[in-house]
Amino acid sequence: MTDKAAVQIPVDQIGVRRQARHTVALVGNPNSGKSTLFNRLTGLRQKTANYPGVTVEKHVGTVPVGDTSLELIDLPGTYALSAHSMEERIAVDVVLGHMPGTARPAGILACVNANHLYQGLYLLQQLLQLELPVVVALTMTDLAAQRGVAIDIQRLSNALGGIRICPIVPTTGQGLGALKAALADLPTTAVPQAPDYWPAVSQVAAEIARAGQEALTALEAERALIDAEGPLARQAEVALGPGGQAQLAAARRQLFGDQPPMADEARQRYRWIRQVLADVQVQVPPLKRLGARWLAWLNRPLPATVSFFAVMGLVFQAVFSWATPMMDLIDGAGAALAAGVAAVLPSGALASLLTDGVIAGVGSVVIFLPQILILFLFLIVLEDSGYLARAAFLMDRAMRAVGLSGQSVIPMLASFACAVPGIMATRVIPDRKDRIATIMAAPFMTCSARLPVYALMIAAFVPNTSLGFFNVQGLVLFGLYLLGILGGVLTALLMKGTALRGPTPSFILTLPEFSVPDWRNVALKLLDRARIFLKRAGTIIFFVALVVWALAYFPRSPAIAENLAAGQAEAAANLAGAALDTELTRLENQAASAQLAQSWLGRAGRAAEPAFAPLGWDWRVTAAVIAGFPAREVMIAVLGTVYAVGDESDEQTLAARLRSARWPDGELVFTLPMVLGLLVFYALCLQCAATLAVMRRETGTWRWPVSAWLYMTALGYLAALAIHQLA
Amino acid sequence: MSTQLTLADLKPGQSGRIEHIDTSDPGVLRLMVLGLVEDTPVRFTQAAIGGDPMEFNVFGIAISLRREQARKFAITRIDERD
Repeated sequence: MTDKAAVQIPVDQIGVRRQARHTVALVGNPNSGKSTLFNRLTGLRQKTANYPGVTVEKHVGTVPVGDTSLELIDLPGTYALSAHSMEERIAVDVVLGHMPGTARPAGILACVNANHLYQGLYLLQQLLQLELPVVVALTMTDLAAQRGVAIDIQRLSNALGGIRICPIVPTTGQGLGALKAALADLPTTAVPQAPDYWPAVSQVAAEIARAGQEALTALEAERALIDAEGPLARQAEVALGPGGQAQLAAARRQLFGDQPPMADEARQRYRWIRQVLADVQVQVPPLKRLGARWLAWLNRPLPATVSFFAVMGLVFQAVFSWATPMMDLIDGAGAALAAGVAAVLPSGALASLLTDGVIAGVGSVVIFLPQILILFLFLIVLEDSGYLARAAFLMDRAMRAVGLSGQSVIPMLASFACAVPGIMATRVIPDRKDRIATIMAAPFMTCSARLPVYALMIAAFVPNTSLGFFNVQGLVLFGLYLLGILGGVLTALLMKGTALRGPTPSFILTLPEFSVPDWRNVALKLLDRARIFLKRAGTIIFFVALVVWALAYFPRSPAIAENLAAGQAEAAANLAGAALDTELTRLENQAASAQLAQSWLGRAGRAAEPAFAPLGWDWRVTAAVIAGFPAREVMIAVLGTVYAVGDESDEQTLAARLRSARWPDGELVFTLPMVLGLLVFYALCLQCAATLAVMRRETGTWRWPVSAWLYMTALGYLAALAIHQLA
Repeated sequence: MSTQLTLADLKPGQSGRIEHIDTSDPGVLRLMVLGLVEDTPVRFTQAAIGGDPMEFNVFGIAISLRREQARKFAITRIDERD
């Protein structure tokens, strides 16, 4: 009986065996507590990559077990291995070992929510057919018991071919030790005998697998039979050789008749599941939960809808009142750092590159972080507490009016703070067309970067008078918000009616129970979002900021520099004290303005002036708008420089300067129609490199960001033109 | 009864057992994978404002779907008296 070789393993080989890491795939339903379990098992020892060719993220982490470790792949949440969405297809490909660049896992860790055992068993049953060792992490047994349902673990294990089931509480770590030990043993754990839930199909599948010889397993043959459109059907056709397609079609006709095979599969599996549930679920007296009645009342349609708007109002309040001081701090720190560098280095290209290029570039990336982190903190807490699904449920009807579903409501609302987290939040939308339509509509929402420009222009040019009950300035601001919403709504309708035409997507969602989020999980998710933003969007924003700096800096005119030096010397000789400082600042601002005027940016403004003159923009405004394309708020700094009041000037000085700016023929540049057109241009235009970079990242192609940019720029131009010409 | 009851006909708090499913709708197939199959008892919890979408409870799980899909599930009422 005893294998002699096994008895005589040399000591050094044991060491080698210990270090051999095996990979385990973590699979589970959405809301099964899977991501909390993953974060709990791997902590900070995780990395995020992308699966080849798709935008779905691959989360891989290391789980230390004693003095060895194993690799855990967190697969996208899925209800079945039927390959309907991109996420499901990835999960199927990984567990079958078909994913390029990802070796087939040595075993499966199935995460099952004890409250949702009915749905969880569906996936679990499919996982048992993989011919891989399986361990189950059963979460939320405490909550199930409170609701009056206890689960007989031993009976459940028996029903599932004797696999190991570890009840765990991810938030406290209870049961994790046993689970880790089971994971470490997975490669030597026996493959479970899958329950034969549907003998008719499994027999035919076994025959087909035999006919396909080594190229097809019984499970793959079964999936090929059931998912006629799926990738495994094609694989089976190839494995069976000529006539394979006809053979499969004949088998399907015989097994399923005119019923969709998927429907029959669901019937058969749930028939088996109901039997298992009856066997393993034990009724226990339910616990009266504190606040349960209150929660139930709050969950009723009207209170829920009212509190939804209250919650969103709170989120916005927090984003604006917490992020603004932090953004000012970052701004101040950047300016102080730049001043420090400028004091040390002699003025010239290097100093300007460091201060206006690198420091300003890094600043324009980091300045987004407070908003993104605060917004995501709220979104993650709302998601983990089960509230986001509820919000989607409440808002579905309203969103359907614009051709979208309730799942688009949170990305849209988040975009009022910043389109970057808004677009990143579209991942919850399962339908790809819906998701892209939402991404295309999101940049229209009035983000916080538009506000400084609105504030400057409205304060300077819109009369501060009352119109009935309303202040005209406030009305204009409100109108700009409405314009953004209108632009987004019309864009979504347009997209869903043309390029993204398709059947009205269904709104099918499992609503999770409300629960208190795990702070560890929230922190790790937040870290992940920040990392993605800095890595993927940050690099592009930084690069673009450097390009804008170079355009505004080069070429330098030596004549202007000489003039400045002469002027400074003359002022130093004639003036002293505060008067000298004022004069020096004036001279410097004048020189900066002159340099900018003949820089590539200034030349671009002049070259483009004929195109923008019908909008009432002179070359200065044109240059400032061009410079604002990578980041719209930059426009104010450029206006400050070009009107020789300095790029850090206060609003009153700049506003006064703008009010007196004139065309060469003496006409005022900033007339009310021109300003309104400029504001509308800002409301409609996609002037944000970060948004473009995130759109590219989330859609996986440049097609959508490029078309959004062209479309929104054209829209902004035409609207500004119409206002200026008609008014 | 001349007209067949569907999930869409339930009032909040009422329950039904699924008898027959119109499987021609692709969304319905997804709902079947989520557990809405024949012989399953389903309770209508509540609807969002305007009566759509609807929230159902199936074996302790809350599933939301639109009214037009709820119509594809023919049911018989189960009267709960407790």
